[in-house]
Amino acid sequence: MDPLEAIKVTFFQECEEQLSELESGLLAMEQGETDSETVNAVFRAVHSIKGGAGAFSLEPLVRFAHVFETTLDDVRAGKLAPDNNVVKVMLRAADVLADHVRAARDGGVVEEARSQELAAALEALNGAAAPASIVSEDFDDMPGLDFTPLTVSDDDGFGDDFGFTPLAAGIIDLEPEGPALRRWTVQLRPKNALYAKANETGLLLRELKRLGDIEVSIDGSELPGLAELEPEHAYLSWTIVLTTDRSQSDIQEVFEFVDGDCDLTITADQLTSSLPMMGEASIDEPFDVMALIQQARADVQAAPAAAIMAEILAAPAPAPVFAASAPSVPAPAAATATAAAGVAPDAAHGAAAQQATIRVDLDRVDRLIDLVGELVINQAMLAQRVTESGVPRSSNIAMGLDDLEHLTREIQDSVMAIRAQPVKSVFQRMPRLVREVAAMTGKQVRLVTEGEGTEVDKTVIERLTDPITHMIRNAIDHGLERPEVRVAAGKGPEGTVRLSAAHRSGRIVIEVSDDGKGIDRPRVRQIAIDKGLIEVDSNLSDEDVDNLIFMPGFSTASSVSDISGRGVGMDVVKRSIQGLGGRIAITSRPGQGSTFTLSLPLTLAVLDGMVVSVCDHTLVAPLTAIIESLQPKAQDVRAIGPDAYVIAIRDTYTPLIDVGAMLGYRTTPLDPTKGVALLVEGEGGARAALMVDAIQGQRQVVIKSLEANYRQVEGIAAATILGDGRVALILDVDNVVAARRREKARSDAKLAAAG
Amino acid sequence: MSKIVLTVDDSRTMRDMLMLALGDAGFTVVQAVDGVHGLEVLESMAMPDVIITDINMPRMDGFGFIEGVRKSERHRATPILVLTTESDSVKKERARSAGATGWIVKPFNPDKLIDAVRRVAA
Repeated sequence: MDPLEAIKVTFFQECEEQLSELESGLLAMEQGETDSETVNAVFRAVHSIKGGAGAFSLEPLVRFAHVFETTLDDVRAGKLAPDNNVVKVMLRAADVLADHVRAARDGGVVEEARSQELAAALEALNGAAAPASIVSEDFDDMPGLDFTPLTVSDDDGFGDDFGFTPLAAGIIDLEPEGPALRRWTVQLRPKNALYAKANETGLLLRELKRLGDIEVSIDGSELPGLAELEPEHAYLSWTIVLTTDRSQSDIQEVFEFVDGDCDLTITADQLTSSLPMMGEASIDEPFDVMALIQQARADVQAAPAAAIMAEILAAPAPAPVFAASAPSVPAPAAATATAAAGVAPDAAHGAAAQQATIRVDLDRVDRLIDLVGELVINQAMLAQRVTESGVPRSSNIAMGLDDLEHLTREIQDSVMAIRAQPVKSVFQRMPRLVREVAAMTGKQVRLVTEGEGTEVDKTVIERLTDPITHMIRNAIDHGLERPEVRVAAGKGPEGTVRLSAAHRSGRIVIEVSDDGKGIDRPRVRQIAIDKGLIEVDSNLSDEDVDNLIFMPGFSTASSVSDISGRGVGMDVVKRSIQGLGGRIAITSRPGQGSTFTLSLPLTLAVLDGMVVSVCDHTLVAPLTAIIESLQPKAQDVRAIGPDAYVIAIRDTYTPLIDVGAMLGYRTTPLDPTKGVALLVEGEGGARAALMVDAIQGQRQVVIKSLEANYRQVEGIAAATILGDGRVALILDVDNVVAARRREKARSDAKLAAAG
Repeated sequence: MSKIVLTVDDSRTMRDMLMLALGDAGFTVVQAVDGVHGLEVLESMAMPDVIITDINMPRMDGFGFIEGVRKSERHRATPILVLTTESDSVKKERARSAGATGWIVKPFNPDKLIDAVRRVAA
């Protein structure tokens, strides 16, 4: 990776840290912790984000951060009291800032209206306290004046301000166009402070030399005698005659860092042709500061030692006596060095930080994905025709086709990777939500997240936020108990909500679990009865009762609470998950909490499948769900009801499901010994053996939504187009396994009721 | 022998950027994460030729750090550049009165940074 790009990755990681720092800081301020430590930490977070964003030219982010920072600076300076209103605005601003960061990272766009609204709100805070601009600060010292200073919005205040305050400089006229040599006289008298800050006259001279030819002369006339000489004081003055084609501001820039720490005059001499006026020293002599200093030192040392001793002994005598007698160094003549031609500084600008990312319209990526999908189908068709034509597998054509398949696969992976993103972007919104809901419900909640780096297709991610948000709200509002209830139940006062993501058998599984009271089954049952969702005498397993909460029109909250009840029930969550080709399941243990498990396809585009035949139909089973395939032996199959079978696979009885019968392709069950059983595992580890007529082979298939083109069909996840151009249905293995279990539960219940 | 630069910044991004630019220009870079750490590192490292420090940092800010360096017999003559996004003269003046040699305005490009280092490095 380009090192700069790597730093950018670091930057966004750091942004996330800063954002959470910002958030917790602001929340602490909301709780009244407005000590400077907290305020500074909050300020620093925004400041750092702005700083890094500036380095990467992330303009909208910089602009918003700047406004935010300005307000925080006022709080820091005590000009703005961080009362609840102010902190509330800032919390919302933190949200928008987070949106900006994520937009910058993920290439999204921040809702402009919201961003502007918050920026305006922040600015209003500034305005209310004290206008934030520098201009206005100047007027703060004049409280008597009755006017509002003009506030100058300083949007790019962090920009290059190598502007300078004019020193006592000579006035120059129009600068000649083009590089014309000009002679300047620079007079420099450093003060002690210049050296105290580790600036060096020698380095300034070196810088000047980069601009052109210089002749330097030193004036040591102010050097006191050794007795008075403070080793760290500045006594020397310098006169530099500079011949250069550079402008006065270039010269002045050399002295930027020592502005105020020296007396400086820069005057333009007459336009010159070439010859130095005072240059009696050899022109080729290299510029040597040390030589100048040696010279000055020698001059000082020339004073008779005895005189110095006498001076020291003659204690209270004032310094001027000796100073006056000290040999003064005649200003220009003492030492003059002419530098060789100035080194032209290679101003290789332009090569500024290159942007290593580009923003691409999502439509283009989607079009690419579609095309790759077609390519995969086409490649499969080609491969099939080649096979059909009887070309041996070892032939060049077949081998070429294998290579093509690899390439196709790689292209596909790469294209999918463009859209894959870590679920972090969704997970990161949750801590704030948890805090809000916790505050509203008066519960103590700790959020634990795991697997934030798990990647999934962008479309999936975008549509995950709402369901996860709702499930977390639900977990806190309905799942967790109040602190006192928890303590009474022997738990810690703080409840835990766990949000995790992981890749499991080709899907992404997201779990939201809490350690609360679990589902109150008698109550759920009663509500379902009251609402007419189930019969009074319905015989339901615990699992069935738990699943009632997904029924439309079900809501357990006795009053529609602020948080969970917004007309959105778990049924909506379930539907939106199903819309993504996913499933939702719940497990709950009374007193110990509940776990919602979402399982979603990683991508909505391709699938590795096992192509099978069932009653002249071609079906595809997702390869990831298949553990093994086997030919059942008659002695391994046992009937456990009129039309239910189990099969013994290595001493374990597994339900045997006749896919043809289940989908209604046939009414008489297939003789297990005539077909092939696919041992599959659904999420949660439930296994079943699916009976099919025959296996055709493995193939990568492009998923075409059945829902979008037809409607949702129980047991079928989607459809695809095969190499021969026919449409094949893709089995929803989990659904098939679960349906079998449900059916069994129902028939068991019936039996129990009958008996 | 390459010149040694100590960078003091709490932001990993900024430290990395400084490392990249300075490293490319042939400097040896030593890093510290805040003022306190900076002073600790200074005690144990070889004499740096230049120190670059951020201003806003936890534990000890840039002003405190600069003052600390200037109090040290060993390092008080070491040039210190402050990194600042604040262009207002107040911050800059405060850094200077603490003993900063010069400053680098963020965001900087590598040329600008190296130029500033070169200007103050003996």
